[in-house]
Amino acid sequence: MSLKIDQDHGRFRAIVRGKIRENLRRYVSKGELMGKQGKERVSIPIPQIDIPRFRFADKQQGGVGQGDGEPGDGVGQGQGKPGEGAGEAGQGEGEHALEVEVTLDELADILGEELALPNIESKGKSTIVDKKDRYVGIRNVGPNSLRHFKRTYKTALKRQIALGSYDAKKPIVIPTKDDLRFRSWKTDEEPVANAVIIYMMDVSGSMGDEQKEIVRIESFWIDTWLRRQYEGIETRFIIHDAVAREVDRDTFFRTRESGGTMISSAYKICAKMIEDEYPPGQWNIYPFHFSDGDNWSVDDTLLCVELLRNQILPAANVFCYGQVESPYGSGQFIKDLKEHFGDDEQLITSEIRDRDAILGSIGEFLGKGK
Amino acid sequence: MPSFAMTRPLPAYLRDWQREIEGHARAYGLDFFPTIFEILPYDRINEIAAYGGFPTRYPHWRFGMEYEQLSKSHEYGLSKIYELVINNNPAIAYLLEGNSMVDQKLVMCHVLGHVDFFKNNFAFATTDQGKDPRDGGAVRKWIDTMANHGAIVRRWSNRVGIERVEEFIDVCLSLENLVDPQKPYLPPPERRGPLSQLEEEEAVPEELRLIKVERDYMESFINPEEFVQAQRQKLEDEKEQAKRFPEAPRRDVLAFLIEHAPLERWERDVLNVVRREAYYFLPQMQTKIMNEGWASYWHSKLMTTRVADASEIVDYADRNAGVMATAPGKLNPYKLGVELFRYIEERWDKGQFGKEWEECESWEAKRHWDRRTGLGREKIFQVRKLYTDVTFIDEFLTPEFVYDQKLYTFGFNQRNDRWEIESRQFHDVKQKLLTRLTNAGNPIIRVVDANHGNRGELLLQHDHMGVDLRLDWAREVLAALVRIWRRPVELHTMVEEKDTSLRFDGTDHTQRPLK
Repeated sequence: MSLKIDQDHGRFRAIVRGKIRENLRRYVSKGELMGKQGKERVSIPIPQIDIPRFRFADKQQGGVGQGDGEPGDGVGQGQGKPGEGAGEAGQGEGEHALEVEVTLDELADILGEELALPNIESKGKSTIVDKKDRYVGIRNVGPNSLRHFKRTYKTALKRQIALGSYDAKKPIVIPTKDDLRFRSWKTDEEPVANAVIIYMMDVSGSMGDEQKEIVRIESFWIDTWLRRQYEGIETRFIIHDAVAREVDRDTFFRTRESGGTMISSAYKICAKMIEDEYPPGQWNIYPFHFSDGDNWSVDDTLLCVELLRNQILPAANVFCYGQVESPYGSGQFIKDLKEHFGDDEQLITSEIRDRDAILGSIGEFLGKGK
Repeated sequence: MPSFAMTRPLPAYLRDWQREIEGHARAYGLDFFPTIFEILPYDRINEIAAYGGFPTRYPHWRFGMEYEQLSKSHEYGLSKIYELVINNNPAIAYLLEGNSMVDQKLVMCHVLGHVDFFKNNFAFATTDQGKDPRDGGAVRKWIDTMANHGAIVRRWSNRVGIERVEEFIDVCLSLENLVDPQKPYLPPPERRGPLSQLEEEEAVPEELRLIKVERDYMESFINPEEFVQAQRQKLEDEKEQAKRFPEAPRRDVLAFLIEHAPLERWERDVLNVVRREAYYFLPQMQTKIMNEGWASYWHSKLMTTRVADASEIVDYADRNAGVMATAPGKLNPYKLGVELFRYIEERWDKGQFGKEWEECESWEAKRHWDRRTGLGREKIFQVRKLYTDVTFIDEFLTPEFVYDQKLYTFGFNQRNDRWEIESRQFHDVKQKLLTRLTNAGNPIIRVVDANHGNRGELLLQHDHMGVDLRLDWAREVLAALVRIWRRPVELHTMVEEKDTSLRFDGTDHTQRPLK
């Protein structure tokens, strides 16, 4: 039964959406959503959704409590109504920050609306499918191993009653061949993960904690958006300094090395990964690379350009390079890329100066709709 | 058909229990409205709870917010609504489907306590809507009234648009607590004409009252310049006084706005709805401690003496302990209320009252005082009739009780950045409790002048009693007032011990010290 409250609830959700959108920049730059991320939902603190009234300032007012303790002992969070709901709901004092849960899909939609992100045009229809059998019904023929005992006897009973051959005093039911019922199944074809995000990050000494935090926040939002766009998605992580290796998500954000920087090492692994595991005809491939723009040598940069031009770019939907500003990096790499690729639509570069710039850079990366 | 009428009838076994419990309750002297119990699944209970008990209320997103919070905490198993009862004649109460029998019995007992309180406590007489000609009983058809309110709001939403109406309800709700708790007991105010008429009346010029002088040359001696000035000033003041509108400050700000603000018809209707509901809920806010205490007193009395059987008593005790639980920095009205009622009963049973008791200064003697007067039951019934939380605490809170119940005051310690216990002294506790309960915990705000500065601006006064207003919210409320009054609005209050004026002129907020 649909409830009358659904309409009011819908209005409330709409307001929440509006609030999230309004404050999106803040949520993004503070990164406060990721800590509260569940599997499919995040809980978001919404400021000021309560109705303002003339009220006393909490901290001046204090209150009365009951229980043990000496003057000067802490009492935890004061105020607030007791846990058991009373009959006078709706009249209680509201808590000050309201936590609202939204699904990641909703969040992605809000992000999309705010940044006016176009829907991504999938490169080639998803060709990888997974077949799954589900028992969905009953049919008259089938293998004995799938015989539906109860339904079979029910049908037999019905037939016997209809024929008048059923005797309630001697309840013997004998199914004939026509009474047999079998479970039937349907094969669902589900497209499996057909997009992959390959994150690469420079973990050399010049990338500090703040720079990594920016990358972490940015990758969260990119994940959220791309997950909304593709049915299933895979993520791979590559870190590099002078050498590169593939790692899991945790290691990706935690590792800190001190060596020099050779970007080509990461690009090589990326290219190999694509070649071995993700045939471009079937996969939408999103390599993202974050660094502070320092590279070992001009030769290495040239090698990078070559790898990009010959191997990565032809396979990828887009290649995104995000340059995080750090006090140590020279920031040269982005200039080199721009110089070599000009305004090639497939290679997107973005400079992320600080946390406030994250939202804009997400817009740049995903704004092309590829 | 309103949705509440579509619910299933109470199953027979619960109906039997209801009859039995009502019999026990009557035998104890409880006097309640006929009570209708309905059994609902949790989502419907949450819905109704979100609407403050009324399934037929006007549409507004805040109820949706309430619903979200209730259902979330239900899903997480954080809280379960134990009882939901509406002050209506007949009273309506809801039982949660799937609760154990012990829970259902407990809720029924508790609810009857509430309904007895609704019917008999004097503060709730303000929710009477007339007398039933057949039996002289109180008419409280609030389910219908709320449904009518819902219909009014829906009709206007259809006509002027749901966004506009909802936005206006937001504004009205910001002012919801600006009502006068004493108003129901005061004679109705005289009606005054609208502002424009008043101004015309004031236009009559008046002469300066000077002392009559026979001879011209005496003029400057009999009516010296200072005197003329003073008289002129006096006249000005009087004029100013007469011009003042309202003549006396008014606490029912909502009524004042309904009568005098330049509202469109739909706005007036909506504001009226909000105001009437605010007055309906007011007695519940004024008697929170007493009401819950009374209901808890009776659920425990009924359950432990008559209703629960031996196999249920442990479960009952567990539930009861949950309801009575206290947490640091929180006051549980159930606990405080029931303990105070029991304490009163004990005192009057033992004759611990009157002149002799008051004048006795020996703690020891008071501890063992027992005159076997046995007036306890009678006394608590009288208390439930004649008191509200403020008078209840004011009269019956004693140092012994504060000590036994381990009551304390707490406050925010800026230095340690946390809430801390401040005092266990009787006077501090009582003072703090009374402050928190006065005006149902709301600041006292009055309309002082509707023609402030002779510019048609609205001036409000906050009676500052030691605690400042929450300023960010106060500013937003001023904005809401401007939306209704359509002229600048000013509030005089105190901020950090200085007289301060907060003002909103429709675009800018200003805050400046007074004088």
